[in-house]
Amino acid sequence: MSATAWAWLVLLFPLLGSIVIGLGYRTIPARAAGIVGTAAIALSFACGIAALVNLLGEHPEARHHAASLWDYASAAGLDIKLGIFVDPLSIFMVLVVTGVSTLIHLYSFGYMQSDEGYHRFFSYLNFFVFSMLLLVLAGNFVLLTVGWAFVGFASYALISFWYRRATATAAGMKAFVINVVGDIGLVLAAFLIFREIGSFDYGTVFAKAPDVFATNGWTVTAICLLLLLGAFAKSAQLPLHTWLPDAMEGPTPVSALIHAATMVTAGVYLIARTHTLFVLAPTAADIAAFTGLATLLVAGTIALVMTDLKRAIAYSTMSQIGYMVVGVSIGAYSAGMFHLMTHAFFKALLFMAAGSIIAAMANEQSIDKMSGFGKAMRFTSAMLLIGGLALAAFPGTSGFFSKDEILAYATARGGMYEIFTVLGYVGALLTAIYTFRLVFRILPGVPCKEAQELIDTGHVAHEEPRNPATGEIEDTDVGFPGAEHHIAEQSWSMKVAMGVLGFLALVGGLVQIPGVDDVIGKFLEPVFANSPLSEIQPSVSADWVGLGIGGAISVLGIAIAYFFYVAQPATPAILIQRLRPLYTLLVNKWYFDEAIDFLVVRPALAIGRFANRTFERVVVGGLVTGTEDIVGTAGRVVRTVQSGFVRGYALLLIGGFAGLALYFLLSAS
Amino acid sequence: MTTEWYIVLSSLLFAIGATGILIRRSPVVILLCLELMLNAGNLALVAFSRMVGNQEGQIFALIVMVIAACEVVVGLGLIVAIFRRRLPLNVDDLRELRG
Repeated sequence: MSATAWAWLVLLFPLLGSIVIGLGYRTIPARAAGIVGTAAIALSFACGIAALVNLLGEHPEARHHAASLWDYASAAGLDIKLGIFVDPLSIFMVLVVTGVSTLIHLYSFGYMQSDEGYHRFFSYLNFFVFSMLLLVLAGNFVLLTVGWAFVGFASYALISFWYRRATATAAGMKAFVINVVGDIGLVLAAFLIFREIGSFDYGTVFAKAPDVFATNGWTVTAICLLLLLGAFAKSAQLPLHTWLPDAMEGPTPVSALIHAATMVTAGVYLIARTHTLFVLAPTAADIAAFTGLATLLVAGTIALVMTDLKRAIAYSTMSQIGYMVVGVSIGAYSAGMFHLMTHAFFKALLFMAAGSIIAAMANEQSIDKMSGFGKAMRFTSAMLLIGGLALAAFPGTSGFFSKDEILAYATARGGMYEIFTVLGYVGALLTAIYTFRLVFRILPGVPCKEAQELIDTGHVAHEEPRNPATGEIEDTDVGFPGAEHHIAEQSWSMKVAMGVLGFLALVGGLVQIPGVDDVIGKFLEPVFANSPLSEIQPSVSADWVGLGIGGAISVLGIAIAYFFYVAQPATPAILIQRLRPLYTLLVNKWYFDEAIDFLVVRPALAIGRFANRTFERVVVGGLVTGTEDIVGTAGRVVRTVQSGFVRGYALLLIGGFAGLALYFLLSAS
Repeated sequence: MTTEWYIVLSSLLFAIGATGILIRRSPVVILLCLELMLNAGNLALVAFSRMVGNQEGQIFALIVMVIAACEVVVGLGLIVAIFRRRLPLNVDDLRELRG
């Protein structure tokens, strides 16, 4: 079978899984739903591998295939096919998405066990994977938009999964609205591309773009900026990032899958996919890179002070995606994609470990209340530590190789791009500090009440289920996290999933060691060969210098975190006292929510109220009540004729006929 | 005899029928008057048929008779139903459908 045939199968299995579980929830037993859901994604992953093998069997230059099932719309110069595009980039994304998704499904199989909405959860999760695969495999901008919007919906459905939690539904709406802002950008960009090039097809667009667009012309810049609007909304970059921390209201596997490993990287994929356009619009690419840089620094600083475990990891996600955006925007394409892959491994792992700990804390998410889990949960702690080391780019782990490759490229490009190297290393220091702040506050120390209970009795702490955000007591009957919590130590499926990811987070970087091997770079090379930026390559020695600095910074960051949170636990409080204004700024997340509320939400509401008072009441109300009055009056007048006397009606009839006859007689003569 | 006389007779019959409908209250009489009006029409049709010299008018007259028969069936049925329910046989009293 050809690579494209396998790619269709990749798409088919998650869709089938979603439909089967969604429609058969009455008949399929809960465990079977989990098995079906996991198996669907695993099969999809297997088909992805088959497609990869197929691609590798071909000449590197020939590794791109377009295929279509049927014409979606074909009229008046418009030719949209239900088509996919298979090349190393899309297969790379397929493998990352399905691979990590399989493990997260496996984790959910145990984690969500006692949830009332088990079927619903797996159906949504499979639908999400299908949408994401549609997004990465789409062969034209229309199908891309479809996948893009499906992903947004799946994210909404899963964030609001515990739909009786008011905070969760609000977070879902926020995510949806902000994502739709991005969707508008993407759709407008597609329209502009069609107007200029006359096609939605990737192959045609990218082939014709260099001839149609002048470098840095306003059209191509506008297209790229609109694409960036879409990418930023989906990938939680400034200033459209505020939905991501709130999205942590969803179940933890959702946070791991959607809001760390896959969906939020869609923006990075989009920039990489349309790199041909960004090469033609260097200004837009620079805007993207600087936004990524700003995001990675802002999110890194916020992560330093977050006390909610999942939100802290969410800010870290934003920050890491900032690195990827910088990478694919300045031309370090394969490095950016490589970081996307390793980040998917270690961030999913971190979320899984966090989920396990939160379960052990009976849904409490504040790290202020956690301590001493190192003794209580050895496996989870080991995984948290591995994830933390990889995130902090500790030498030898996967994050170590991927992050520094982006920064080494920035150095090699030189000029203004040196800023990215310097500030990137500052971000790396922040990363190491905030990551190990979490690790050092959760793992060592005197076991907290829940950890002690786990050590003493081996039972997970049991409390009345509360909403971690508001503290309200919740009803576990419908759509709420089940009454039972599940931790990795007591569930084989969670353990397997975390173990595999832990292994990958440790050694995943070894595929791309400078000077030794370059698996991902070589594999993705044909996709980016047409970009002049991909000719810039840092020398192997420069790479190793960068790695050395990165490793030193990582160790330094861990040491700082050790000093603050283990050696001198009193210092953070003193620092907070000294730097009160800075701390307030960070705790309030740089006031982005408030700024958006002030600049966008309030004016919009004011306009709405104004329209309600004037237009709605006067124009619309006048039209409606006016029409009603006319009809009513006419009715009252005509009603008097309806006397009920048969003779009256007969008289009207005869009189009418006589009148008509008279009229015709007179007019004829 | 010329056709005009037939038409004059037809018009007279029609006017008598119409007047009957307008001034009488008994449903039976109203029905009779209706028949009168229909037959006035028939007379006119036949007269015109003779004047033109073909049979179409006569065929129409036959159709009108059929319709008249059907109408009498419905009308008498209604009258019997009214009578059985012991309602007054007076059309002015049967005015539930007023607006």
